Amino acid sequence: MTQNTANVLDHFNLFREPEYVEMLENKKKNFEDAHPVEKVEEIRDWTKSWEYREQNFAREALTVNPAKACQPLGAVFAAVGFEGTLPFVHGSQGCVAYYRSHFSRHFKEPSSCVSSSMTEDAAVFGGLNNMIDGLANAYAMYKPKMIAVSTTCMAEVIGDDLKGFIATAKLKGSVPEDFDVPHAHTPAFVGSHVTGYDNTMRGILTHFWEGKERTPNEKINFIGGFDGYTVGNLREVKRMFGLMGVDYTILSDNSDVWDTPADGEFRMYDGGTTLEDTKAALHAKATISMQEFSTEKTLTYTANTGQEVVALNHPVGVAATDKFLMEVARITGKPVPLALEKERGRLVDAIADSSAHIHGKKFALYGDPDLMLGLTAFLLELGAEPVHILSTNGGKEWEIKVQALLDSSPFGKACHVYANKDLWHMRSLLFTEPVDFLIGNTYGKYLERDTGTPLIRIGFPIFDRHHYHRYPVWGYQGGLNVLVWILDKIFDEMDRTTNVPAKTDFSFDIIR
Amino acid sequence: MSLTVEETKSRNQALIKEVLEVYPAKTAKNRAKHLGTFEEGKDGAKSDCGVKSNVKSVPGVMTIRGCAYAGSKGVVWGPIKDMIHISHGPVGCGQYSWAARRNYYIGTTGIDSFVTMQFTSDFQEKDIVFGGDKKLEKIMDEIEVLFPLNKGITVQSECPIGLIGDDIEAVSKKKSKEYGGKTIVPVRCEGFRGVSQSLGHHIANDTIRDFVFDKLDPNRSFQGTPYDVAIIGDYNIGGDAWSSRILLEEMGLRVIAQWSGDGSIAELENTPKAKLNVLHCYRSMNYISRHMEEKYGIPWVEYNFFGPSKIEASLREIASHFDDKIKEGAERVIAKYRALTEAVIAKYRPRLEGKTVMLFVGGLRPRHVIGAYEDLGMNVVGTGYEFGHNDDYERTNHYVKDGTLIYDDVTGYEFEKFVEKIQPDLVGSGIKEKYVFQKMGVPFRQMHSWDYSGPYHGYDGFGIFARDMDMAINNPVWGLTKAPWK
Repeated sequence: MTQNTANVLDHFNLFREPEYVEMLENKKKNFEDAHPVEKVEEIRDWTKSWEYREQNFAREALTVNPAKACQPLGAVFAAVGFEGTLPFVHGSQGCVAYYRSHFSRHFKEPSSCVSSSMTEDAAVFGGLNNMIDGLANAYAMYKPKMIAVSTTCMAEVIGDDLKGFIATAKLKGSVPEDFDVPHAHTPAFVGSHVTGYDNTMRGILTHFWEGKERTPNEKINFIGGFDGYTVGNLREVKRMFGLMGVDYTILSDNSDVWDTPADGEFRMYDGGTTLEDTKAALHAKATISMQEFSTEKTLTYTANTGQEVVALNHPVGVAATDKFLMEVARITGKPVPLALEKERGRLVDAIADSSAHIHGKKFALYGDPDLMLGLTAFLLELGAEPVHILSTNGGKEWEIKVQALLDSSPFGKACHVYANKDLWHMRSLLFTEPVDFLIGNTYGKYLERDTGTPLIRIGFPIFDRHHYHRYPVWGYQGGLNVLVWILDKIFDEMDRTTNVPAKTDFSFDIIR
Repeated sequence: MSLTVEETKSRNQALIKEVLEVYPAKTAKNRAKHLGTFEEGKDGAKSDCGVKSNVKSVPGVMTIRGCAYAGSKGVVWGPIKDMIHISHGPVGCGQYSWAARRNYYIGTTGIDSFVTMQFTSDFQEKDIVFGGDKKLEKIMDEIEVLFPLNKGITVQSECPIGLIGDDIEAVSKKKSKEYGGKTIVPVRCEGFRGVSQSLGHHIANDTIRDFVFDKLDPNRSFQGTPYDVAIIGDYNIGGDAWSSRILLEEMGLRVIAQWSGDGSIAELENTPKAKLNVLHCYRSMNYISRHMEEKYGIPWVEYNFFGPSKIEASLREIASHFDDKIKEGAERVIAKYRALTEAVIAKYRPRLEGKTVMLFVGGLRPRHVIGAYEDLGMNVVGTGYEFGHNDDYERTNHYVKDGTLIYDDVTGYEFEKFVEKIQPDLVGSGIKEKYVFQKMGVPFRQMHSWDYSGPYHGYDGFGIFARDMDMAINNPVWGLTKAPWK
């Protein structure tokens, strides 16, 4: 018995104690009918081979460890960015439990959302009654200013008519006739979470703008897209707009609701784009989206109202931020102020200070389509060499766009782009064509374990590191953050591989 | 301000009345049946704590419950390590449940073990329109090529499967035959079935009966002993089954299977040879225990390995099914760990004495952990089940004190209001609730995942449990939530 009160052993150390090690060995030997160790080793080695890679890439039906989630997750993400808005997902209730858990694990925040709790009878008769009761209950209990309805795949498969259901619920008095209940169909079997963001954003804008006369003004609209760094990013964008003196509306500002203080009060709603501003946003002269692939339908809709539309690809780094700011300056006529120019110079300075350590390092990266474009551009700017760029929810169009970016730089020559592939594909890539570093979300740690490629955590979700979502990756300040995260891992690796006394520690330098 | 039992009861009644006021009339009537105050001795031994349970959640109220898929893939089947569990349908369900439950296991992931992986058929629109059976066949073929050491496959149905009329049973049967009798289990755990995770447990149990037990080779060789037991209903969260197993082995028993944490298909197949099934999570695995009792004549006994009082009673209860050798073994184990438990209590009880706790969890925990808190001098003043049935509430009688507030399938609103008014020193619930209460300044521990700590089962686990409750309640941060100038 090794447990003790002076130093309580939990799972990290308890099961490494001899009595547990022996117990688990015996369990395996006597009861598990396990494959022989040699066989496991043989297969493990085979999975590292080119032969395995080819069979792995020949997959047509099976998906293993994908880097994408389903539409309604994006719907909830977009909805909570509006003032006092309760997301209402029409369909099975288990889905909502999953979205809430997923967001809470990433943001370390409460995530409020309700379901219409459809069960077997609703599958047969449709979910109208669930909508009627659900809206009435949610409205009475949680006193929202708006309820944004989206769907799970169950409601989509049986073909529930959201628009009709909401109208009927209003007639039945579930919510007042003039209460805002925008809706979007968000089938899980189409696209991914970024599609759900897009559909919901379009649904909300349509709800407020449809049939209204547009009188153009000088404001601009800003849309962030589905973004794990939304807390840090939106605050940074507001700061930059403030410095420029831009009159703007952020559509779906969830930076407060996912960063509420611990001061004794639970805020189910906090901050968010006001409904008044959302209505008035129709009159803006332009809408800027930071993530093209997360806002495709939204931007088409917005353009059709007569607004100018600018679509960026999750800008990270110097040139991408330059482009963003210059677009803002062009549209608004407000010049980029000296303060931001100095910040730019500081980021350039930081890159100059550190690029020797990044230059020529090989990177693999995976994640949402726009994030991949943003990070790739920054890596090229740093003189790093991306080798594998993979996106489970990126398609042909995305692939062409990344290739064009790679073609624009000598550092992109040796890189391949993988659309609609998963992390089991990435595993084969890392074994057969190794790189120095991997950039991805928390699930990348399994690749790090299996292939030994150090993981730099950038993406969504990040469950196993805390608080990074509070830092921006946009703007020059954001670029600096990303630079530091990359550098920290590079330096940690340098130290880790040079710390063997009398073997490698001549390079264990204190100045780098 | 310590209330008498009668004062507590009337406070709770008033509180229930108050929260019900927010609801539309129909919902208030429904929810009223799920909220109550435990009245000791009032309804006799069969009391269900005065609440209704295992019925549909009300739409729109923010239930904490999950679905049948979560009960089958997430709970029962998912931890079986050497089989591949396909999340069959769109990508989301498998993604959100991917490695989220901390079912620890020993194995080479991706080679001979697959628990922390996400295998999905990633349904697209065409699969919905034309059906997914062909795709499923192909998936199984691809699994056989790329993961040759897998010992079986389960098909965990997501909502669309049952709605589009796919025949996963036929596909599974065909492929099982093609692969020489490989275990391939179609599971009809579509999320819209039933009212919570609970039906998923039951469905999963039934598929073990139908696709594992009923297909067993009658000539299968297994060298049994008179002391063979199987651990049923321990998912090895943070290693719980391991810190339980060690005690059973130390008392002289031979644990031939773990269901299902760190479990393997071979262990499932061995289980009909057990002399006794020891059942931790009654809710999720009573079905298969009853089946084994009926079909194989294996008795089963419920046990509780949270906190020394319950562990001690449970070890004796388990031993009572065996001869003196095991009974002595149980006493030896109890004696061996006494010094440890006394030291844990001596260290932590003074820091936790009199602290109050409100729980809302699933499975067995709303009752099972009460004893562990009491061993530390703490009082559970409110508890409820996410997906419990009547028989869970009946079993809760023996655990709760007179006047305890009971809330079944609590809504986000109710839980927030109850905690706000009762102001317990600790809330134990899940990830969705954690941050709500921490914002309110109330110490919190996740009692599904052990807040990424654990194990909490067994004597080794009790030390960790005590440390964690202490670090939550006596965290200096709770003194900082109010700005000093306010």
